[in-house]
Amino acid sequence: MNKKDLGLLVLILVVGLVVYLRNPLFLSPNNLANTANLIGLFGLFAIGQGFVIITGGIELSVGSMIALLGVLFVDMVGRMGIPWPVAAAIVMALGLALGLAHGLLITKLRMQPFVVTLCGLLIYRGVARGYTADATAGFPFGSTYPGLDFFVARPFGIPTSVYVLVVVAIIAWIVLHRSVFGRYLYAVGKNEEAARFSGIRTDLVVIAAYVICAALTALAAIFFAMYTRSVQPSGHANFYELYAIAAAVLGGFSLRGGEGSIIGVILGTILLQILQNLVNLLGIPSSLNFAVMGTVILVGVLVDQQWGRFRERRRIREAARVAQN
Amino acid sequence: MARPAWPRHGLPHRMSAPSPEPEPNAAAPPFLRLSGVRKVYPGVVALAGFDLEVRPGEVIGIVGENGAGKSTLMKILGGVVAPDGGTIDIDGVTSQSFTVSESIRAGIAFVHQELNLFDNLDVAANVFIGREPCSYGLFKIVDTERQSAAVAPLLRRLGANFSPQAPVRKLSLAQRQIVEIAKALSYDARLIILDEPTSSLPLHETEKLLEVIRALKTEGIAVIFISHRLHEIESACDRVIVLRDGQFVGNLDRAEINYQKLVRMMIGRELKVVYTPPSAPRGQVALSARDIRTAAYPRQPVSLDLNRGEILGLAGLVGSGRSELARVIFGIDPSYGGTILFEGKPLALGTAGDTATRGIFLVPEDRKSAGILLDLSIAQNITLPNLPAYSRGGIVSPKAENARGERSKVELDIRAPNVKTRAGALSGGNQQKVALAKWLAMNPQVIILDEPTRGIDVGAKFEIYRLMRGLADAGVAVLMISSDMEEVIGVSDRIAVMHEGRISGSLTRDRFSEENVLTLAVGGNVDETGAST
Repeated sequence: MNKKDLGLLVLILVVGLVVYLRNPLFLSPNNLANTANLIGLFGLFAIGQGFVIITGGIELSVGSMIALLGVLFVDMVGRMGIPWPVAAAIVMALGLALGLAHGLLITKLRMQPFVVTLCGLLIYRGVARGYTADATAGFPFGSTYPGLDFFVARPFGIPTSVYVLVVVAIIAWIVLHRSVFGRYLYAVGKNEEAARFSGIRTDLVVIAAYVICAALTALAAIFFAMYTRSVQPSGHANFYELYAIAAAVLGGFSLRGGEGSIIGVILGTILLQILQNLVNLLGIPSSLNFAVMGTVILVGVLVDQQWGRFRERRRIREAARVAQN
Repeated sequence: MARPAWPRHGLPHRMSAPSPEPEPNAAAPPFLRLSGVRKVYPGVVALAGFDLEVRPGEVIGIVGENGAGKSTLMKILGGVVAPDGGTIDIDGVTSQSFTVSESIRAGIAFVHQELNLFDNLDVAANVFIGREPCSYGLFKIVDTERQSAAVAPLLRRLGANFSPQAPVRKLSLAQRQIVEIAKALSYDARLIILDEPTSSLPLHETEKLLEVIRALKTEGIAVIFISHRLHEIESACDRVIVLRDGQFVGNLDRAEINYQKLVRMMIGRELKVVYTPPSAPRGQVALSARDIRTAAYPRQPVSLDLNRGEILGLAGLVGSGRSELARVIFGIDPSYGGTILFEGKPLALGTAGDTATRGIFLVPEDRKSAGILLDLSIAQNITLPNLPAYSRGGIVSPKAENARGERSKVELDIRAPNVKTRAGALSGGNQQKVALAKWLAMNPQVIILDEPTRGIDVGAKFEIYRLMRGLADAGVAVLMISSDMEEVIGVSDRIAVMHEGRISGSLTRDRFSEENVLTLAVGGNVDETGAST
């Protein structure tokens, strides 16, 4: 854990403490479990977003993808009666295919990530709404799916999504910070030209990042569908890509690529969810939700960068002083 | 320290009428005179007591090898670099220093090799960039009509075949240069300095530019023309000044200008690099490029053989297509024709990963942006191309990686606190060693070094030479691209010279001479006996 992550952790603890002092309900088991569940869900696709941002790219279609895949999942299980494991596999496969398509468009056809994924955002949302003719996709009334309870269960009082996030985060941490592929991701993000001159197939690395992002997004989509129980395609998961990007930026990712850590993006997700929770618990009108989030991100990134500049200047002054003596 | 191309103030006061200056003749007094101008950088005398007189309407060619002092001279004329000694005399006013604004006021304008144009704007907007004629007071709406009307006569004077409203992105390179010259005229330039204006122009465009120079001359505007293309110098210049090692070597008047004389004057530098012969006779052909066409010169097929145990120097002027050839061989750039045989078998073109697995490596010209990753450590840089070898089950072993780094650090004498030091914190020479160490750790068969010693100190230079010789003696085929004559002659076992995208000739050691290399580099011929013609 580096200094940046540590700073973020301290911020989370301070915010948590303040909220608790103002409203002790913050630490009630139910509130904690609810918040943890949301952290688990948002953390999944935020990690995916992190992989893309490391390469210097961006994935804007996350929210729409969650809506489209959620609609399809609920519809397959609820209306078509497809066994849920099959439906989940189809949804995952579809997610991988979308990620692959994004990656190919960006690398082989040299389109800008922003453009490709912005079009994805529009297309998937539109398809999701068109598919149900803007109706809400839900499970038939009174029906039960014992196999699916797993997604919303709370073994030992902790939501399943948290367990899943922990497993995914550990794997992602190893991949990003310890594996050959992770090194390639950083190399491509830092300097694609130099990576190419080292014989790295940079196109494949970038494609893989988008595929990983889409796969984690698809997984999150299933969780979200089960969490909300019904998917209203025009509003479901709106702006979620921005939550993911915000979490990554808070967690120390650079949108220019080549910087960021898994711990950082998870801490970023936690902070964002606590802020949402704070709005509810402190009786701030929920319409101000985004304003609070935006302000905290702005201030957080500002302080972090100014601190970095301050340290850099101090380092140079120090070096100059040493050289003079 | 680039000089801003143009000031942001001062509308031109003479826009349309042709210059009233008299027809050029030798009797016209010079308006600009440099005497004894010196510039010393740590360890190198860039310009040693240089004299220059410029008269109205005079076209002066300046030639010299890379590093002869041409760019220092230009920087002094532009006021970007202050001379350490000597005087600058403008219209009879003598001073010892010269600032950018004084240079502009004196009417000195530059047309750089890399043009400073905005290709999303039209011609007139480019000429008036930063000092647009405006109307409607507060709102500062650009008066495009006035702008175009002011530019049209300038273009007419230069015989341009495009309108002031033409978007710059649709213009050819020569037309863009004319835009730059028009901009200079709009500032009342009396001296226009063209830095290698024709180096990337096709022939018919070059002709057009030479015509423009003649037009400037008849208006009494002086031109300094820096070029490597001697036949253009011959046809355009009134006289030529030759520089070598910061020294003025000679001045040839129009009638005296000829190829051989120029080449002889340009060469003659003291060679300090002592040749180390290979320890074994040269081996078989390792890599053979057959009729390779690059994006830069798609019409020029290039063929080249690299032998084991040999250092082949690839000489030529900047822009002659050497780096492009290297990039195609390594597979970074796509090939537009031809084949590459490695050990007699054709290689898949266009994938750097494929060549690297066979031991064909390139240390690129631009160390900081392509050779190494500045943010990775020394060890991480060295293992990057072969990372799976330092990992198990896809997980990198820091132990194996650092061990490799340590070994390379000792072998190549990379000076750094430890192998975890950021590569960006190293000196140029040590960075280059890291760039080289990447490939040395991978059992190289063919290694291409593009300007391997550019910008590194003398000590590191000789270490790189020693490493190259060591590689060759170990049976590696070494191709060294270099613009440093001393290096090419002092290090290579054989020299191939490129000129405008083709191999203009190849020299064995008994025919090595600066004269021969330079003659081939500027497109001349060297006959069998080694005499340049």
